[in-house]
Amino acid sequence: MKQKPLSTDSEWTFELLEKYTTEIAKIAEEFGLDTYPNQIEVISSEQMMDAYSSIGMPIGYNHWSYGKQFLSVEQSYKRGQMGLAYEIVINSDPCISYLMEENTMTMQALVIAHACYGHNSFFKGNYLFRSWTDASSIIDYLVFAKNYIAECEDRHGIDEVEAILDSCHAIMNYGVDRYKRPYPISPEEERKRQKEREAYSQQQINDLWRTIPVSESEKTQQQEKRFPEEPQENLLYFFEKHAPLLEPWQREIVRIVRKIAQYFYPQRQTQVMNEGWACYWHHFLLNTMYDRGFVTDGFMMEFMQSHTGVIYQPPYNSEYYSGINPYTLGFHMMTDIRRICENPTAEDKEWFPDIAGSNWVTTLDFAMRNFKDESFILQFLSPKLMRDLKLFNILDDDDNSDIVVTAIHDESGYHELREHLSAQYNLGNNEPNIQVYSVDVRGDRSLTLHHYRHNRKPLKDGDTDEVLKHVHRLWGFDVHLHSMEGDKAEQSFTCPAKPVAP
Amino acid sequence: MAYIIDRRLNSKKKSTVNRQRFLRRYQQRIKKAVSEAIDKRSITDMDKGEQISIPTKDITEPTFQHGSGGKNTRVLPGNDQFTRDDHIQRPRNGQGQGGAGQGASDSGDGMDEFAFQITQEEFLNFMFEDLELPNLVKRQLMGVDNFEFRRAGISNEGNPGKVNIIRSLRSANSRRIALTAKKRRRLKAILKELEELEEEEQKEADDNSADLLAQDDRAKQITALKTEAQELQTKIKRVPWLDDFDLKYNLHVKHPLPQSKAVMFCIMDVSGSMDQNTKDIAKRFFLLLYLFLQRNYERTEVVFIRHHTSAKEVDEQEFFYSRETGGTIVSSALHLMDNILTTRYSPSQWNIYCAQASDGDNWNDDSSVCYKLLTEKLLHKLQYFSYIEITSRDHQALWHAYGKILEDFPDTFAMKQLEDTADIYPVFRQLFQKKAL
Repeated sequence: MKQKPLSTDSEWTFELLEKYTTEIAKIAEEFGLDTYPNQIEVISSEQMMDAYSSIGMPIGYNHWSYGKQFLSVEQSYKRGQMGLAYEIVINSDPCISYLMEENTMTMQALVIAHACYGHNSFFKGNYLFRSWTDASSIIDYLVFAKNYIAECEDRHGIDEVEAILDSCHAIMNYGVDRYKRPYPISPEEERKRQKEREAYSQQQINDLWRTIPVSESEKTQQQEKRFPEEPQENLLYFFEKHAPLLEPWQREIVRIVRKIAQYFYPQRQTQVMNEGWACYWHHFLLNTMYDRGFVTDGFMMEFMQSHTGVIYQPPYNSEYYSGINPYTLGFHMMTDIRRICENPTAEDKEWFPDIAGSNWVTTLDFAMRNFKDESFILQFLSPKLMRDLKLFNILDDDDNSDIVVTAIHDESGYHELREHLSAQYNLGNNEPNIQVYSVDVRGDRSLTLHHYRHNRKPLKDGDTDEVLKHVHRLWGFDVHLHSMEGDKAEQSFTCPAKPVAP
Repeated sequence: MAYIIDRRLNSKKKSTVNRQRFLRRYQQRIKKAVSEAIDKRSITDMDKGEQISIPTKDITEPTFQHGSGGKNTRVLPGNDQFTRDDHIQRPRNGQGQGGAGQGASDSGDGMDEFAFQITQEEFLNFMFEDLELPNLVKRQLMGVDNFEFRRAGISNEGNPGKVNIIRSLRSANSRRIALTAKKRRRLKAILKELEELEEEEQKEADDNSADLLAQDDRAKQITALKTEAQELQTKIKRVPWLDDFDLKYNLHVKHPLPQSKAVMFCIMDVSGSMDQNTKDIAKRFFLLLYLFLQRNYERTEVVFIRHHTSAKEVDEQEFFYSRETGGTIVSSALHLMDNILTTRYSPSQWNIYCAQASDGDNWNDDSSVCYKLLTEKLLHKLQYFSYIEITSRDHQALWHAYGKILEDFPDTFAMKQLEDTADIYPVFRQLFQKKAL
């Protein structure tokens, strides 16, 4: 018996949404997608703008920067310069996805497949998300953060709180502790612990800054010892624990920003994989629906048009070019892995002896679980795909007069291309590597940060000065930043700026 | 497993607070932009103090970033012409063929103007921000539409919906205590006595030293006490747990709310000398004043009076657009205004404002009449009288007569000369500038 299509026109209804979700879920299960339960919320475009401007957090504390974001989204949306995203999905348990009411049935089905099964299973499976975020407690934590900050505003005034938040936001990317896993706790517990922390940490700070004279022998010992003993990469954590002048509530705010930074940390590292995985699955799920007769030809036409739009990669010399499209790269890599599993060529067998000819479902699942963008590209980018995308690498060295093409998509260039592309997704290379180097504990309490240069790249002048003012606000005493090439300081910044000697 | 939830009816204004925060933060700049939008003259409240280095309250949120320079590699898609070791000319100043350095950074650099919309309400807020209405606002009890229910303690009567449970139970409790205290005290004594008697009995039974007579007595006593105890207990039980007069109700009383209201008289000369352009300027001035009053009072009414040799109360359309010819007698309008005031707008209830626009023409004899009328009859009833003369010619008798009034009533009277549209807002600001205390 021939299957009747679920729907034939483009209007969606709640019954249809349910039917589609059920069918998509069945296929997803068949192919082993493991997901959190889905909570699908239908919202209007204004609500979508709201969701947009709070960086995808369903509940955010109040801050002017979100207002700025909102105003600019609203402005460009109203002028028709920009369409809104079809969906937003939140890494939580249950996994919350927003669908816009303006979407057609086809788009809703696409979004359900993409977000509710693609992204959702990625959140649940990928090792970074598993170890860095706790989907079941994030909503609770955000509620705690919002209430706490609102309370602080009542007690200390909006301006004070805003100032601290500004400073924290400026160094938000330096708030990740890469080696320790946070433990999930409930909001009540969080509140209780917060009180304890408040009392305890103040005591600790006081101890560090103790002014009681120390004995001679101790003194020499302490002078030799640098504080902190090892450079610290987590600036926010360092300030939370050691900044001498912060009030307990200010420390708690530093902590809140740090926690939120940590929650978003995996998303920043898995953009290509996450989108690629979701695109691959919406493509696969909807095509399977078509094969089984659940959807019409018209549905597929609309779907394919939108799908190709999403994964379009403009070439480097196009006016639309703005970097490599993560959707394109991710989708093609996922598709390519399946191809290697099912129809390996001689080249594939040489490059990927482990996966050529294996079961594609398990191989894809393995890739999704155990990699981040950087390692995923290094492991799975195939010569065929480099040829298809016509990748080439350029070197722009300020020691040379010209830009040099160092590798293209040919036999001699594959390895180099792959390494460079992979490095491009290494957050450590993209963001200046800045660490707390020392604190003059016995002297003027000044803080020294070091920037360790990568490929001789300097720090940008104006911005660095601005950020240092924020660091200075958190630290309370003089702050120095040296940009180090080896052992030599190439640039130095100080805040507050010292008057230049005439 | 999936739940589908319709959230479309949830509030849409989640970002309102953040938006306000943003406006609040950039208040100074927005205010400046607003006043520059209306005129070139801006209120600069630059405070030159000591130099302290603080984060510039700037719209960009700075982060640590790489500058240009050093060694950059970049993988690009869509190779159409290059082979290995090709050299490419370095594009001048970045924006070349999307390659050099940080060309594709998505943050910061590109935007030089951050544009956004503010609502009319917000616009007016900024526009009138440091203006004030001279001469305080009268608030009057109107007795009509505005009431508020306020809590006024507890009463013994009320409707069941307003029962105050805590108070009711508390009074029931005290009533029960009061009614049973004596009985319970007696009951306690009886119980104690019984206990003692029983102990005694037990003791005697243990010692086997029973005195039969005493025993009999005691048995009787015990029975009597027990009966009494039983009776007392029934009586105590009979006291009702909750009685009608225990019930207490929250009391709310109707409280009238004072309301402020203003009436604005627009007086304009429509004699032949006033052309459409002059009227237009006058209209804009009236409009500005109207908006301003509306923000300060809960109710604002407008009365339009136009005059040439005789005055007439008209509607807005007629006021601005019909034309008549003839001479000018200003006092006719003032007379009419005085009449309207006495019949309809009692100064004890209304805040009365008047704005008069004219090109300065008046019958020579009439100006002194105006002076008398204003000083003797009108000005003490008004909150404020503003006169604008829209002319580029020399002043005439009316201006001089009003000049005298200004000397006598500097607080309630103001006059300014306007030449063209660009003057309106500055003049308006001058008229209503907050006065330093």
